[in-house]
Amino acid sequence: MSDLSPVTSGEDAQDPSDEADSSGDAPVGEPVIRVKAMTMGWGDFILQREATFTVNRGDVFVLLGGSGCGKSTLLQHLIGLQTPLAGSVEIAGLGERGPERWGEPRFRVGPPPFGVMFQSGALFGSMTVGQNLSLPLERWTDLPPDAIASLVRGRLGLVGLREFEHHYPSEISGGMKKRAAIARALALEPDLLFLDEPSAGLDPVSAVELDDLILTLNRQFGLTVVLVTHELESIFKIATRCAFLDKDSQSIIARGDPRQLRDESTDPRVRAFFNRLPRSVAEEARA
Amino acid sequence: MLRLRGSLRFADAHRVWSEVRAAALPPPSGGVVFDLSEVERLDGGVAALIVELQSAISCGDGTPVDLRGASADVAEILTLYGCQLGCERTPPAPVPLLTQIGAAAAEVLDEARGGLEFLGAVIVAWFSGLRRPATLSWSQIWPVLERAGADGLPIVMMFGFLVGFIMAFQGAVQLEQFGASIFVADLVGLTITRELGPLMTAIVVCGRSGAAFAAELGTMKVSEEIDALKTLGFDPLRHLVIPRILALVIALPVLTLVADVMGLVGGLLVGLFSLDLTPMAYIHETQGALELWDVTSGLLKSLAFALAIGGISCQQGLATTGGAAGVGRRTTTAVVSILFSLILIDAGFAVAFNALGV
Repeated sequence: MSDLSPVTSGEDAQDPSDEADSSGDAPVGEPVIRVKAMTMGWGDFILQREATFTVNRGDVFVLLGGSGCGKSTLLQHLIGLQTPLAGSVEIAGLGERGPERWGEPRFRVGPPPFGVMFQSGALFGSMTVGQNLSLPLERWTDLPPDAIASLVRGRLGLVGLREFEHHYPSEISGGMKKRAAIARALALEPDLLFLDEPSAGLDPVSAVELDDLILTLNRQFGLTVVLVTHELESIFKIATRCAFLDKDSQSIIARGDPRQLRDESTDPRVRAFFNRLPRSVAEEARA
Repeated sequence: MLRLRGSLRFADAHRVWSEVRAAALPPPSGGVVFDLSEVERLDGGVAALIVELQSAISCGDGTPVDLRGASADVAEILTLYGCQLGCERTPPAPVPLLTQIGAAAAEVLDEARGGLEFLGAVIVAWFSGLRRPATLSWSQIWPVLERAGADGLPIVMMFGFLVGFIMAFQGAVQLEQFGASIFVADLVGLTITRELGPLMTAIVVCGRSGAAFAAELGTMKVSEEIDALKTLGFDPLRHLVIPRILALVIALPVLTLVADVMGLVGGLLVGLFSLDLTPMAYIHETQGALELWDVTSGLLKSLAFALAIGGISCQQGLATTGGAAGVGRRTTTAVVSILFSLILIDAGFAVAFNALGV
């Protein structure tokens, strides 16, 4: 059962699945990400205070909230591109990361334990789509070139881009770039995938295809997926759990199954978001 | 009380703005009342101006501003333009000069700290890469070497030739007066190999490769490619920065040597066709004037120049933020900083060579 009561601080926002994790009470899977009382921001500017949540193996976990609430920044903290001001992030197999002395995170050099798809795709513009995929394989595996080439074609086939292997990123559409970026993120067979606004800027058909791909990866390949998105249709279709970030209170105000949050949450901000109500209506209701 | 009436269209905006402003500012002590009861229609542009005026009047000294009698339609438009926001939009206070100077100084210090941190990180990455050579992207050196070195050869040759040519012409005019035309060979040989060859080549490479490195890495930074590299387990310093610096460390001395030769050729041509010297006489004079140290000291400088160009351009590229404008800003900063550092390094070498008597 998800926690549907609105919460306003990190301490209150104890995820029921965290409790379940510690008690062994029917979690979906073992925890793969643990965020403990993490505060993020820059200098005096705080974006989120004491965010606490757990992502379990097999989850499709969505970070959601209004613009500017810190979803993408939180994702960057999870993947280690930024360091928290306080608290910590723990990813299975990577240990715990907290504030660092020099501010700039020291990124781990080595085969990545997870795949990341950035909002823009972030394909290397000087390489073809195929070379983008083969780069990590050449670096971190001892596979012979023909095996790498086959693997690249296979991955591109999975995302429907087999015939675009020799195209440069500038020669393919936005949706194709995102699919190619997912294929690159999957290159080293991670069991954890981070996606930053995968369907942003895509036409409805491409967005649905991408959702289907994410579902396939989750259900068929057992990938744990953490994604940032605003797309309600996408959220209701693919998410198993979510965390709702609020800009004003600088905290996670609700977590759980997004469908249940939509139907049963008593927090006007959450209801406004899930029911596409203007902010003013939510604020009136809150007042 | 200011009474507005009729249909206030965007075409009337200028008249409304100047008339209402003249009547309402400075505000009377009792406050200002806008009577909108006779306004039939209000365009967005005029509504924005009224709201702006309301804000300007009431935010100055708290003078009350009352908007009365607006019909439902007019009130709705005013509300859309933030009529109820009151004094939220206070004008920013002017920043005192001292604060601006302090902020600029702090920014320079931040830049310097960023540069030092980058230098330290590159040194650490270089030595840890030497211990585990497989972690350095050696294959990245060759394409950079081709772009920065081989592709730059024609322009460097032309620059070297022209500098030698010009030096010889300028020198010839003076030396001919004393019947010392043959010393043009000494002048060109020494200035080209010790000073102008390395410096001019470094300036060309700064303009070609330094700017290209900064723009390339800056674009990669703003399009999240650097972040993507990190998440694929690559260290940008070992994968992008060190190969570029190494390529320049190889390419710049070679280009300098080529520029030196072309400069001497330029001087030789002036000697032959303008001063009527024989080729053997010119070459013999050049051989007598030049020592091996003259050439090697220039090459030594070019090594330092290569480190400066590679390091500064990559540091500026990786420090890029703020989209396309940020890339342009950082590229400009990179080129200016490199040129400044080239002069500083050159001066440092001049002082050091002088102190050592070489």
